[in-house]
Amino acid sequence: MSAKMRSTREAAGEAILELAREGADVVAISADTSKSMYIDLLTGEYPERSFDTGIAEQSMMMMAAGLASTGKIAFVASYSVFTSMRCCEQIRTFIAYPGLNVKIIAGIGGLSAGIEGVTHIATEDLGIMRCIANMAVIAPSDYYSTKIAVRAAAKYCGPVYIRVGRDPSEDLFDEKYQFEIGKPVLHKSGKDVTILACGLVLAEVFKAERILESEGIDAGVIEVHSIKPLKNTEIILNEVLKTKRVVTVEEHNVIGGLGSVVSELICGKGYIQFEKLGLNDCFAQSGTPYELLCRYNLDAASIIKTIKNII
Amino acid sequence: MTPIEIDTLKKKAVEIRKHIVEMCYTVGPERKAHPGSALSIADILAALYFKEMNIDVNHPDKADRDRLILSKGHACPALYSVLYLKGFLTRDELSSFRKINGILQGHPDMKGTPGVDMTAGSLGHGLAAGVGMSIAAKMDKRDYCVYVILGDGECQEGLIWESALVASKYNLKNLVAIIDKNGWQSCDKVQNTMPSLEPFVQKWISFNWNVIEIDGHNMEDIVSALCLARNHNARPTAIIAHTVKGKGVSFMENDNSWHQKALTLCQYEQAVKEIGGA
Repeated sequence: MSAKMRSTREAAGEAILELAREGADVVAISADTSKSMYIDLLTGEYPERSFDTGIAEQSMMMMAAGLASTGKIAFVASYSVFTSMRCCEQIRTFIAYPGLNVKIIAGIGGLSAGIEGVTHIATEDLGIMRCIANMAVIAPSDYYSTKIAVRAAAKYCGPVYIRVGRDPSEDLFDEKYQFEIGKPVLHKSGKDVTILACGLVLAEVFKAERILESEGIDAGVIEVHSIKPLKNTEIILNEVLKTKRVVTVEEHNVIGGLGSVVSELICGKGYIQFEKLGLNDCFAQSGTPYELLCRYNLDAASIIKTIKNII
Repeated sequence: MTPIEIDTLKKKAVEIRKHIVEMCYTVGPERKAHPGSALSIADILAALYFKEMNIDVNHPDKADRDRLILSKGHACPALYSVLYLKGFLTRDELSSFRKINGILQGHPDMKGTPGVDMTAGSLGHGLAAGVGMSIAAKMDKRDYCVYVILGDGECQEGLIWESALVASKYNLKNLVAIIDKNGWQSCDKVQNTMPSLEPFVQKWISFNWNVIEIDGHNMEDIVSALCLARNHNARPTAIIAHTVKGKGVSFMENDNSWHQKALTLCQYEQAVKEIGGA
């Protein structure tokens, strides 16, 4: 595991540029977010493929629908709060309903926007996007997984929402990371408890797992990067039905996101202890991402504490 | 255009109107549609589909076709009628409007209905989608035109003006907004609901659009405006078409109770008689 620090939004911008270099018919539209979402990388080499609507996210999203209707792979790049909420209707009615190839790079998602406060902290986006038919919803967890997720989204037929972060974060994987939209990744099989997580907070889950192991608790870790579609559910069910203890970890309201996905999946499968870690139906507040992770029980120490309580 | 060609287009408009009232009658009170808004754009659609637009019923998805977005999607009986007359839809399909398992949804569905270039019905969205299509034409070095039909009431939506800015920024000369200025919206006159929408023409001019003002029921006016718009070589064009809601049916004209209502048999027969359809 290397210790390079790069942001996942940077990874997304690089992936879009690579796709253009490889000859994919991609375009990218930003809404005064070309620098912050690294669309400048594309603009630098392919200015004819990059557009900026100014501070007008709905216009950005509808332009993407128009471009995609002509056969282009249309990326939009703005922040999670705006793409998922201000553009919710544009996505639902004009992109998901006709199934257009619009790929939404939703930046500074989850608690990564922490310092800005609630106006910029998206903790509802995964749930909002998930209940729209035809949408694929992905929350990758590091630079490499974001890059491959963006490339997979470009190949995927239909709209995709990809939540990315803000600050440079530690690389958890490398070029060999295997990714398939919908397929959870079993990083470690465990005997005592199964932790399911998505997004940047996976780094805390890995930390927690290592500490637990040193204390004799065998925790399994499954990365559910695709909130939707969810395929290969046997990967989750095999582990969960074995450990009978589940903890979900997400930078999201406990309503509507990963915790809901997993509880819907295992409902009716017998007695399983279940803890959902996330925001307990509350708004966050200003703070650094790590301060907020600690405040809302999403840091490694809180995850460990939760697990010890159910074992 | 010769007088005979103009006359042919006028006859097409009559046929469109005839089908609009038929759809709005047969759909029944349970699924009532929007006859007034459909009738006000019949002449514009006749000119577009039977004169101006490059489309091919045998290749409805051809890449270099002109596109039309009916942003005021509730007027879709007019669009469905013209698509039927062009051969995109069968008679049976035309009868499936607003019915379960039919291919004609209550508002246009680009995925389910051949000839529909963009889903529509939630007001304010069509122009922005048209901007995307126009940019694609520019990128792909194709010279197709993108027509977006807007209602005047619809122009109260902020997204219209966001899109007007972007179209102007990128000099989308192949983008043509046609505003069906019939003066009415769902609940009232546009001027009562939002008097500050005026001065309307000046607004488009100030957004740096090429603006043409016409009588939206005068076929010569419509045809020449569309010709000017296609040949304009620098800016997007707004054709502001003064129209009458319910045009062609005396008891519907400027009576906003016909915004959404089904016709009775008696009203249908009267309407057909007035329109002049067989």
